[in-house]
Amino acid sequence: MNITALFKLVPDLVEELEIDDSGTALDMEWLRLIINEFDDHAVEEAILLKERSEATVTVIAPDNEGVDDVLYTAAARGADRLIQLMGDFEDGVNNHALARAVAETIKGIQTDLILTGVQAHDDLDGSLGPLLAEYLNMPYIGYVSGVELSDGIAVVKKEYPGGLIGEMEVKLPAVLGIQAAEEPPRYVAVSKVRMAMKTASIEELEIADLDPSGGPEISRMFQPEVGERATMITGDEDEIAARLVEIFKEIGAL
Amino acid sequence: MAVNQAKQAVEFSQSFYTSLFEVQDGERFKNCIQCASCSGACPYGYLMTMPPGKMIAYLRADLFEKVLTNDTVWMCISCYACTEICPQNIPVTPGLMTRAKEELLLAGNVPDELQDALMNSQRYGNPLGESPRKRALWTKGIEPEIPILRQAKRPVDVLWFVGDYASYHPRIQITTKAFAEILNTLGIDFGILGPEENSDGDSQRLAGESGLFEMLAEKNGKAFSKYQFNQIVTTDPHAYNAIKNEYPALGISYPVQHYTEFLRERLDDLKPLLKGNGHTRVTYHDPCYLGRVNEIYEEPRELLQAIPGVELVEMAHNRSTSLCCGGGGGGMWLDGFQWEKAHTRTTEWRVRESLSVGADVLAVACPYEAPRFEDATKTIQGASSLAVKDVVELLLEAMEEKAD
Repeated sequence: MNITALFKLVPDLVEELEIDDSGTALDMEWLRLIINEFDDHAVEEAILLKERSEATVTVIAPDNEGVDDVLYTAAARGADRLIQLMGDFEDGVNNHALARAVAETIKGIQTDLILTGVQAHDDLDGSLGPLLAEYLNMPYIGYVSGVELSDGIAVVKKEYPGGLIGEMEVKLPAVLGIQAAEEPPRYVAVSKVRMAMKTASIEELEIADLDPSGGPEISRMFQPEVGERATMITGDEDEIAARLVEIFKEIGAL
Repeated sequence: MAVNQAKQAVEFSQSFYTSLFEVQDGERFKNCIQCASCSGACPYGYLMTMPPGKMIAYLRADLFEKVLTNDTVWMCISCYACTEICPQNIPVTPGLMTRAKEELLLAGNVPDELQDALMNSQRYGNPLGESPRKRALWTKGIEPEIPILRQAKRPVDVLWFVGDYASYHPRIQITTKAFAEILNTLGIDFGILGPEENSDGDSQRLAGESGLFEMLAEKNGKAFSKYQFNQIVTTDPHAYNAIKNEYPALGISYPVQHYTEFLRERLDDLKPLLKGNGHTRVTYHDPCYLGRVNEIYEEPRELLQAIPGVELVEMAHNRSTSLCCGGGGGGMWLDGFQWEKAHTRTTEWRVRESLSVGADVLAVACPYEAPRFEDATKTIQGASSLAVKDVVELLLEAMEEKAD
């Protein structure tokens, strides 16, 4: 059984996001990147499946600053093969382009199951999983929080609103959008990651030109604007209380 | 198969036992007389499935894997109470407990909340998960401006290693700002690293993450080496302990003082500035990494007694028998886990002790402590009038004019 887990790096919200001069994209210069949380769960689910069923796990990620550290961490967690997609990813790409690039790569490696995060906070053109499944002509199930593998099929748990869970069977190969791994992503000791940096190797695969067609064109990106109806009252407690009383009187509430 | 497993278990116990000898004075583990003083002195020993003494017994019986299958090792708050009391002077905390946590961590047997703090330390250089770029944000608005060495571009006398909680935690920022004001008043030529500073890593090390500790120490070492200064001062006993006792083995050697030592040396300059605010009964809590580990007991007391009107009263647990706030050795990031096991907190016991000696103020000297003890004053009946203040805050208050 060959399992492929796919992750991408997304802006880390620990830093303020800034819009670049074009006004249509994030300023990448000060951006800190972090593994998409749902993708982290996809990698974890792949490792958990490997531990249960002796599968081989390949982890694929597009090139970005710091991606090699995350790939080596995946190796320290138990991934067998690390693939870094080399291309013009630096300024960010939409999921249509990324899905096409990944689909081409995956056609070259034999895989039975593809796991990716169900969503990411920079999915401006829909999530990656369904696009990837379309380009690979495979079935897709999203919002998955549990996977059991048996001969040629996977039985998956899919989450529905209202706390409902559906159990369904899918023929392999298939693409799954992981909502949550069966156990939270494990912490690996820094010493193990450092060891993986010495023993594991990252295969760099050049990809053909990125094709973003089908995705949206961004005309303007901006910070949420303050609504005109909101009034911020400043001052100490007494001042704020006095002003509130005034306002209540003005609008006839008192 | 079973024979093989048994053999592996024996080998694991023996290699673990041998690894303890590499710790300073580690050969003394051979001298354990199974008196169980360690287990008795441990604040949480009573609820550990495997308190330290029993761990050593299992280790000697080649049954150490049984120790690692239960998670009560994570009740260890690395407070050195066991190490202090051991009649054979065995390094129980730095040897046995820290090594056991390392093995648990490598095996992936780590409580989730601790994982988060470790991951944050890896990613952001601080366990709180705050932006490293905002590490010096607390300095905003302080006059004269706190020099950040990268921008100041000049040698300073004192490099102030601020530390994680002192930089980011809103309660500890009060202490941090008080220390800045005292440094400025005394005319000390000092600077900070700001965003270049990383977590000292000591609590991560004692939580079993030695690789992360080395990574953080190397980053700090690199930052230290860029600038010229005569000594390091810190308000954080954990940073103090790391820089003084652990960094030198990594080739990072600088003279370092805890602020209580630094200010005690300058007491002649400080004393005329202390006016006092009337009679106050103050009791002092010895932080584990200032007291037991580094034997700094008198300096903070001398500073407190220099304040006119302060009457220093001692709690039952004082100096080498001080009772840990529960924050050490990863405890700072295991509150939920430990509450589930204990349904009590060492801070609550400590606040009761403060009340029993009639203290108005519980004085502390470590950035872990003020928020932990303040939290306990909210749950212990009759404790709402007990103020928790860092020694540095009490000094600054005494330097300021009375409000009334």
